[in-house]
Amino acid sequence: MSAHEHISGNGGPLQGGEMQITAVSKSFGIGPLRQQVIENCSFTLERGKLTVLIGPSGCGKTTLINLLAGYEAPDSGTITVDGAPIKGPGKDRLVVFQETALFPWMTTLENVTYGPIVRGEKSKKEVEEEAMHLLRKVGLEDFRDKFPIQLSGGMQRRCELVRALINRPKIMMMDEPFRGLDAMTRELMQEYYVRLFEENHLTNLFITSELEEAIFLADRLVILTNRPASARTVIEIELPRPREFKLLATREYLHYKQQALEILHEEALKAFSSGCGATVADFLEAYSEVESK
Amino acid sequence: MTQKKPVYFMGINLRKLRKSIFSKTTYRGIVAVIATVILWELCARFEVPIIGMIPAPSSVFSSLVEQLQDPAYWECWVVSYDRVLSGFIIAQIIGIPLGLIMGLSRHLRDLSFPTLEILRPIPPLAWVPTAVIFWPTPEMSMIFVTFLGAFFTMVLNILGGVKNIDVRYIRSAQSLGSSGFDIFRRIVLPATLPSLFTGMTVGMGITWAVVVAAEMIASRSGLGFLTWKSYVAGDYPVIVIGMISIGIAGYLSSAVIRLLGDRLTPWRKII
Amino acid sequence: MQTEQTLSGKAVATQDVSVSSISLFFFRLKLWMKSPTPYLTLLGLSLFILTWWLTTEVWQLPRFEKLPGPVSVVKEWVSEDPAYGISIYTPEYYEHIWKSILRVLQAFGLATILGVPLGLFMGWKKTFKDYTFPVMEILRPIPMLAWVPLAILMFPEREMAIIYLTFLGSFFATTLNTLLGVESIDEAYFRAARCLGAKSRHIFFKVVVPGALPFIFTGLQISMGFSWFSLVAGEMLAGEFGLGYLIWNSFILVQYPVIVIAMVTLGVIGWSSSALIRFVGTLLMKWQSRGSSL
Repeated sequence: MSAHEHISGNGGPLQGGEMQITAVSKSFGIGPLRQQVIENCSFTLERGKLTVLIGPSGCGKTTLINLLAGYEAPDSGTITVDGAPIKGPGKDRLVVFQETALFPWMTTLENVTYGPIVRGEKSKKEVEEEAMHLLRKVGLEDFRDKFPIQLSGGMQRRCELVRALINRPKIMMMDEPFRGLDAMTRELMQEYYVRLFEENHLTNLFITSELEEAIFLADRLVILTNRPASARTVIEIELPRPREFKLLATREYLHYKQQALEILHEEALKAFSSGCGATVADFLEAYSEVESK
Repeated sequence: MTQKKPVYFMGINLRKLRKSIFSKTTYRGIVAVIATVILWELCARFEVPIIGMIPAPSSVFSSLVEQLQDPAYWECWVVSYDRVLSGFIIAQIIGIPLGLIMGLSRHLRDLSFPTLEILRPIPPLAWVPTAVIFWPTPEMSMIFVTFLGAFFTMVLNILGGVKNIDVRYIRSAQSLGSSGFDIFRRIVLPATLPSLFTGMTVGMGITWAVVVAAEMIASRSGLGFLTWKSYVAGDYPVIVIGMISIGIAGYLSSAVIRLLGDRLTPWRKII
Repeated sequence: MQTEQTLSGKAVATQDVSVSSISLFFFRLKLWMKSPTPYLTLLGLSLFILTWWLTTEVWQLPRFEKLPGPVSVVKEWVSEDPAYGISIYTPEYYEHIWKSILRVLQAFGLATILGVPLGLFMGWKKTFKDYTFPVMEILRPIPMLAWVPLAILMFPEREMAIIYLTFLGSFFATTLNTLLGVESIDEAYFRAARCLGAKSRHIFFKVVVPGALPFIFTGLQISMGFSWFSLVAGEMLAGEFGLGYLIWNSFILVQYPVIVIAMVTLGVIGWSSSALIRFVGTLLMKWQSRGSSL
């Protein structure tokens, strides 16, 4: 962890952590507004593995990520990283948000160097060198002085990945990061992301609602139940790495897909017949009005 | 069709400029403005009721030549600008921190927002008599009313700006190790800047309107008074000159703020 | 089987929402009462009035002593026999209010009737915009209050001059916002309508008008604010009745409490008129909200 180590993708010094989520519950609001979002949810993010969380839409995936990142505290249960319980947000667990959360008023380079510079770990020059090294790897070196609005959707996502990676997190959390990209860019980003993972083997958590994406990326697939969410099944995906898109036509892949589909369909039906969709959103809205800071 | 390479001069795309200058829109606009002026002249000549009472452009022009040579006319500009800037700057000094504090602290917002909401719908000019009673000099009372015009807009725009900051920016910054004052300086401030400039542009418009009216009601100097005085003295063409001068002055002030806003928030421009 | 299942599921869901919506409202109210918000609000307002009272009437600080204090204002306001002739019991008070409202209504109505169609047309037909927009852009930076002397000169009657001034304030805001509204409509809607065989008349009433509606109402709200703003100035300079005139006249006659009464009245009426427009706007634009809010 010394300051002079170089983040090079090929099996370098990036250290993945192990995250243990044990019996976590979370609800919002009180009285009739109370909505149990997560109940008794347990699973493990194994060191150096890519875990994908998938579940019916509106089932509380984003809430879960907020808990893991430390933006919100669970009502009960524990979350530990390498055995130590988490205390609030930290640079060991970084989130890549839905759509883009790059700071619009900073250039690509400023966005990437933001973390190390505010923590004051290294000199500005060192940080910028490191940032440029990473930006070069993702093909953004010519865009260092552009603002996010001037980048395409795919570039923004790559920039965001670099912004997280430069902080050498133990765990990367991706909250439906490729949502809103067009199909082509999305495919490219998936391939790009899986290459990156296969190079550095950080512990990764990837949230999505697309099954194909999930199986293509995952080492372990955690299927969530309908709200209140908990981990229903874990499927170990033992497809060979490096992953290629031609994998999508193999029998093993289709087998996993069938297996997951059945469970997902069951959960989706439950969600639909309990009238989940809109009402949940309403409850959350009502809650945020009452308790917004 | 092949795209020609843009030619730049002082940061302006010359080809684009030429294209926009020699477009149909420009041509029609010029025709419309000239037609309006001719119509205006004719109305005045033939003494059409109501519109015909406006002094004719020819008489305005000849009186403009006189005014431009009169130092008293330029004095009016200086006086009005002085008032606008004083009121406006005080509104910034008080309004910006207040808006930020109200946006950041829920308790302080609950405490002060209702009072603000009660005072806001009262038109600024309704404060003129109270201001004259309270402040020792008429100048101070006028600056106070001007200040009020910009103040509420500033506070509300900044408050809205802070409240609308995407929570993901703050969360990202927290995760990356930023906290307290640093988040304020590097996240909250830049995120609020666009709404701050919106507030300033709107506030500047209101400020000019207030100053002009306040000068007519309660002062003996400035562009507003020039217009009012010309009416009282029967020197009607000068009324129009006064109005045009006020229009130009207001436009210049807004343009400066817009320019400043573009310069300080470059990330909003799409190139 | 499956459709039946989902259908019944949906029915249950809607019932749930309607049952809980009333109790939810009361629960939210209870939560709100438990939060510090209402008490801080009250505290803030009382602090404001207390400061006003202390500075003007109790300590009588220099400069402040001249201002009317809350006690003298309220006393005058609710007195059956007011010292300066204006209170909630005197017909003059309501006459001033009525006169001001009438003026704003006339001016605002005229501005809406002229401004909305003009804006719609400007946005719809480019040629028309090319000819009208530059003239408007030249006139717009002139604050409406700079028109006061000219307005008095132009119109034979004071009343018309004041209404004209108030009208000017509203007119530009309404027209320009309507224009913006039409220009904000997605080009795809026009194409879709044309593909479906709509005639221009249909496009105008089914695409242009509803598409611009949100902006029109924003414009109307702004323009309502402007009309009160310019009305006060117009009445102060040239009125013979109305709240602006009342403020100015009380100042000249040194009847200071009446100034505050008129100011507060202006604030209340101004606020209510904006609220009214907001209300009508939400009624007309139901399609904008998700419709599922409780």
